[in-house]
Formats: sequence, structure tokens, C-alpha cells
Amino acid sequence: MADDLNILIGGAAGQGVHAITGPLAKALVRQGAHVLVVQDFQSRIRGGHLFNKIRLADRPLMSSREGVDLLVALNQETVTLHQEELSPNGILIYDASQVKELPGGRPSVALAHDDLLPGTQAGEIAVNAGACGALLGCLKVPLAGLLALLQETFASKGAEVVEWNTKAATRGYELAGSQNSPFSLAYLTPPAQPRLLISGHEALALGALAAGLNFISGYPMTPWSAVLNAVAQRAGRWGVVVEQAEDEIAAINLAIGASFAGARAMTGTSGGGFCLMTEALGLAAMTETPLVIVEAMRPGPSTGLPTRTEQGDLNFVLYAGQGDSPRAVLAPGTPAQGFALAAKAFHLAEHYQLPVFLLTDQYFGDTQFTQAAGDFPEVQVGPTPTLEPTPGPYERYALTPEGISPRRLPGFGSDLVVADSDEHTPDGHLTEDLKVRVEMHDKRLRKLKGLGQEMSGLTAAGPPEAPLTLACWGSSLGPVAEAVARLNDSGTPARLVHLSELWPFPRGPVTAALGGTQKLVLVEMNATGQLNRLLRQETGREANHLVLKYDGTPFTPEYVLRGLEGQV
Amino acid sequence: MLPLDIYEGIESAWCPGCGNFPMLKAFKQALAELEIRPEEILLVSGIGQSGKFPHYLKCHTFNGIHGRTLPVATGARLANPNLKVVAVAGDGDCYGEGGNHLLATLRRNPDLTLVVHNNQVYGLTKGQASPTSDQGFKTLLQPAGVPYPPLHALALAVAQDGSWVARGFAGDGEHLTGLYKQALSHRGFSLLEVLQPCVSFNKVNTYQWYKQRVYRLEEETGYDPENELWAYQKAKEWGERIPLGVIYRKVRPLLEESHPVLQAGPLARQLAGRPVNQLLADFY
Repeated sequence: MADDLNILIGGAAGQGVHAITGPLAKALVRQGAHVLVVQDFQSRIRGGHLFNKIRLADRPLMSSREGVDLLVALNQETVTLHQEELSPNGILIYDASQVKELPGGRPSVALAHDDLLPGTQAGEIAVNAGACGALLGCLKVPLAGLLALLQETFASKGAEVVEWNTKAATRGYELAGSQNSPFSLAYLTPPAQPRLLISGHEALALGALAAGLNFISGYPMTPWSAVLNAVAQRAGRWGVVVEQAEDEIAAINLAIGASFAGARAMTGTSGGGFCLMTEALGLAAMTETPLVIVEAMRPGPSTGLPTRTEQGDLNFVLYAGQGDSPRAVLAPGTPAQGFALAAKAFHLAEHYQLPVFLLTDQYFGDTQFTQAAGDFPEVQVGPTPTLEPTPGPYERYALTPEGISPRRLPGFGSDLVVADSDEHTPDGHLTEDLKVRVEMHDKRLRKLKGLGQEMSGLTAAGPPEAPLTLACWGSSLGPVAEAVARLNDSGTPARLVHLSELWPFPRGPVTAALGGTQKLVLVEMNATGQLNRLLRQETGREANHLVLKYDGTPFTPEYVLRGLEGQV
Repeated sequence: MLPLDIYEGIESAWCPGCGNFPMLKAFKQALAELEIRPEEILLVSGIGQSGKFPHYLKCHTFNGIHGRTLPVATGARLANPNLKVVAVAGDGDCYGEGGNHLLATLRRNPDLTLVVHNNQVYGLTKGQASPTSDQGFKTLLQPAGVPYPPLHALALAVAQDGSWVARGFAGDGEHLTGLYKQALSHRGFSLLEVLQPCVSFNKVNTYQWYKQRVYRLEEETGYDPENELWAYQKAKEWGERIPLGVIYRKVRPLLEESHPVLQAGPLARQLAGRPVNQLLADFY
């Protein structure tokens, strides 16, 4: 049977959960494992309970799953909360100074500072590096890769720190070796083409950079900040203006001003921040200013669950703002899709001169996936504004059959660029001529026709003739795809249909994909089935059954399958 | 000096006698004297009677939404440091709806000019109190009078080391032209507040009311706009005497200098993709 193991590393915030996860996950990827890391944390910097779950397998993974095979407990609470999840042959690795009550009859590895690094003042390094070594020991994966990574990671902190890490990891590995672990990934070999460990928001930021992003403004908010941080870390190298705004209203207006003046601009936020941005969303649509907006969802309403995940803002981004205004909504399901759709978002925004959403969430954003370099093909910079003057008089909002007017930038040649949030004449000046109003409104909405033809983004799997289809969107792709695969493996033919391009709704492709389905199940991370509503609105078809989740934690394949009980 | 007729815009919808007319005239005069051509300058405005200002000129224009002139103008500067950018706002627009952006812009110090048309009343919405309405000012919405004192925005600007802070008066066009020219020539964030009588909705702060009170700081013996404490006193002076002219001046580093990529000019000329293999290098 193929190996498929779960490691859970838990402790209080600030204790070292991430310090263990980082080198370990990377070492396993380098060694040839497919790894998926899910973060679960509370909205606090110190204390509380947080954990990372590392799933590893010898085949590609796009989802976490339930259960724990190796539990690393940095405090007693981790044991208390997660011991029930341990599989029958699971192993506990724990910080002996913190964990005093052990579950009975479990093989366990005790990590103590004075055993790992006797006579030193290494502090938390001992247990953190010891845990990394112990985990590899339990998996029978050679230690050399981890030691090389610890050297890379801590070289800047001096030779003593590197030595402590090396010694503690080696001792942890020895301690685990004596446990006679039932697990073994000893057969893994480093892949010929190295693989990447990358989060959804990191991949999205890279896709934006690949497509020429050179301006980003934002106000910090979880989980959106990860995008802003990822760009800021690379801004010096690639020449990007990064401006932290005083609020989300400023963030989007800064980006609109920059885009109007010729930057390839992006802003972003999470639900509450997007509430503040909605007025300027209409401004971008009315002034026909290209703009890419990341909306990284978390559970609402209001402050909600700040560090958790949900797909609850689909309705919001579809309908935000006063009046009828054109927009596009893209929702990636994997880092590779995040990369590609970020680039597509810039192309659409520039060509159609309107706001384009990248709708993500905390699960997509923070989860690290193992991907191949080939999953990230080169992208084009795409359409760029003309910097040459127009022959003859220039009108920023000239009426055209497609609704797209030639865009010029202020400050390049003799064309005067006049943009207005009021209804305006073709030359951009405010007007109350009601005939012009209707012509302009029709022109803006006409862009949706061409835009709609660019929408596809369907992922389908499973036998096309299967009577059962599980449909989902955005970040739910991985867990639902795995649930569908398990159904087929167990003899229930089922089909997956995943949407990553949601507006304008790809009516034709979706209708065709759902054509042969007898039973349609929509799987969504929200309480009301927002895609189901959109599907009914656009196709007349609706789900026979909904599998919903809105407790703030992501889907697992097991949860999806439980949601089908009595249905199949 | 360029001919004034090159700045002729569309027909105005302002009330006859509006303080915006002499401002428009003085602004055109300043542009002509500085030889700034229409295609060399971007005006960003918000909502209010001041929001229409760029339409009645000939220039690049972004007439955005209420209160948000400064972030749009700053964004434009951060995309194209070769573009001369002027934000035009009203007292309600800039000091009320968009107050947070004024605070942030004072800190950032972008190389742009902000002109605040201060008529101490809301004109477009027909006569409610503004953040600069005097205490006791009676309106339809405040029949018992405004219960609290006005915002002293220029004092705020001095306190935050605004790079160039000044006040003009629509009733003194020649002096105002000089201030516009200085503001447009200043390197850094220049804030020019202009007392602009509203003939329709402010029957208290009229041309006459201002004329009886204003005086020119440059005629005040020894006044030094680089003396912060003196500037603060002048910025707060309001009532019997109202100072006009440059109140405060301080050399500060520009926002644009903190973004090295702008040294190479407009972002539109630097648009380039990045090789995927180099982007991915951090993630192996």
C-alpha cells in the first residue's frame, strides 16, 4: 500500500511549531516526498494552541486528510486535544519539560534539553531540532538532507547555533531509531527535477510578478497580508513600488491612481477590508481603470474568525458596489492555478479596462503544496497601454462595438486623458445628457460579452458518464478531488467539476460539463451555497444536495464523504 | 509665458460670483507663467464644487470620488515621477471625508500640490456645516449652530512637518497666483488652502468678511516660515485676523525617493515580465 502519513506539530504560539515545520517539510520535499502543510492558528502572537499538519506521501497531494500518525507535542494541551486522532500505530514525540501526562500504551520519544544538548544554553533550539531529527528517525529518512537545511537556515546565526541544531537533530534521530517505528519512507530518492514547496498566496504573488506587476498597495489584514509580504520581499530585486496604505480605502485609490498613470497595479485585502474598498471598486469600473484586487476570504460577518478559512464572500465580490458595473472574478484552487490566474487577471484587467478579482482564502493562501516547476509555465506580460499619441482628437471613452476604448496614459505625448467618476461624455467630462448616460452605460457593460468568452477554467475528473457529480470552486478543489477519487476507487462512479473562473459565469462550459449528471452535489465552504445560487441564476440548474462547512477549518476528503452519507 | 487660451475648458456650472472663478483664473495664470502645458499636468479632484475644477481647465484629469483625491494623486506620482500632479479638494472633501489621507500624505511627503477650496460650508449638498465652519454657524442641518470649533487643518499640517503650508484668498487673485506658482514649484508636498467664498450657502464668511480680516504674512516684519513655533501660532490664528501667504516650509525627503525603481522614470516604460525559473528559486 502506498504510504500516506500525517504529522501534527502542536504547541503554544511562539513555541517553535513553525521552526520545526519549515526545515522538516523542505527536507522531505527534497528527499522526494510529496508534502502538504496546513496551518491552524488562533488570532494571537503568544500562547493559545496552534498546530501545523504535514501530510506526506509518495504521490502528488492536493489536500490534507484526517488522522495523525506522528504527533509532536510541545505542550500538554497538544496531547490532550489530539491524542484521539492518533492512528493505532501512531507515535508521540514530546517535549519532556512540558508534557507530563502521556496517553497509555503509545510508543513515544521524549525530548529533553539536557539529553539533546547537555551543558549548553541552547534553549528551544534543542527540542525543535531534536523533534525534526526524531521525525525523520521515525520515517527512516536519511538525516543528511535535514542537516544541510539546518546549516543553510542558521548559518547567518553563527557556527554555535548550527552546531546545536546539528547535534540535537542527530540525537533526536537516534532516540527515534530505538522505537522500532512501523513507518518507513527509506525508499524515497531525491527527484531528478527538484520540486517546490509553495503556498497559494506565494504562487499568486509570483504569477503577478511574472506578468509585470510593478505597483502594489495594501493595508495589513489576515490572511491577505501574505500576498503583500511575498511581493514586498521581492520588490527590490524586481523593481516594484510597495506602499503600505493608511487604510483599505487609500490602498485601492492608490492603486487606481497608479494604474491610471501607467503602473501594472494590484491591491488586496480580506472581507472586512473589502467592505471599505467597495466604493472605489465602482470608481475603477466607471473610470475604466485596470485593477487587480485580491480578496482573501476569512469567516465573517464582521471580524468573524480572523485566522480561519471560508468561501463566504463570493456573493459579496459578485455584487459589491452601487449600480451595474462590470468585473471579473477568478478563484484559484492550487498554487499553479494561483500563478496562472494572477497573470490572467492582469491581462483581462488591462484589455477590458476593469477590476478583476482574485478570490482566495486562508486555506488556499497559507497552505503549502508540493509542486513541480513545470506547473508554472512562463507567462506573457500581455497587453500594455500605448505610449504613442493618437492621430486626431483623442477621446478616453470613445464608443466602440466591443465597449473597449483606446487607453492612453497621462504624460505621454499630446493626448489629454480625462477620467471621471461622474457619468461622462466620450472625452471624459461630466455630463447630465441622459442619452449619453445610456450610451456610456451600455458601452461599459458591453465589455462583459468579450470578457465572458475568455472564461473557462473548468477542472473535471472521473468518468464523464458518472451519474453523480461533485461540483466546487476555488480552494475546495483538493479535498473534493480526493473525495471523488476515493468514491471511484470504492466502486461509486463519481465526477468532479471545479470552477476557477466564476464571473462572467462560464455558462456554456458549465452546462456542458454537468450535462449527463443525474445527481449534482455542490461542496462549498459557506453556510448558504453561494455557488449553487449563482449556478441556478445562470443555468437554471441547482444542486440536489449541498455539502457545506463554515466552522472555519478547511474541508477534508473524509468530511466531504461523510456529507454524502445517505446520498450515494 | 504661454497664452492663457490653451487652458480653456468646458462651460462651468458654478454659481455666478462663486469664489472658484477667481481661483480658476489665478491657477491658469500660474500655469501660463510657469509655462506648464496642459499635457504636462494631471489634476486629481474629488466630489464637491471643487471637484469640477479640472473640467473647466484643459489638463489631464482624474475626477474621483469624495475624499480620495490624495491617494489617487499619490498613486499617480508613484507610477510616473515625471508627471506634475495637483490634487484639488474641498474642505468637506479633504478635511472631512478624507481626513485620514491628509495625515498620511503629510507623513509621506510626495512631490505634489494639494489645493483645498475652503468655503466653510457644503455647497454641492446645499448648505450643511463643513469641518471648517465656525462654531455657532447656523444651517438647515444645524439650526442651533455648529456646536464645536472648526478644524485647524493648517496647524495640523505644521505639527506634522508639512513640507510647504500656505493660505490664499480667492478675493486676492494676484497674491493667489503667486502662491499657486510657489506651490507648483515646491519640491515636496505643498498644501495650499484657499479661502473661497460661497455666495449661495455661506452668508457669513463673505468676500467682505474675509477682506476685513486677511493680511499678508510677507508684510509681517521678520516673519520666518521656517520657524516652527511661529508657524504654528500663525496656522492657528483665526477670527479677527487671518494670515495669508506661506506659513511653514521645511525641506524633507520625498516619498518618491524611498522607491528606488522610480529613479529609472515612469513605471509604464519599465513594464517587464520576470523569468519564472528565477521567481521559483526560493522555493526548492
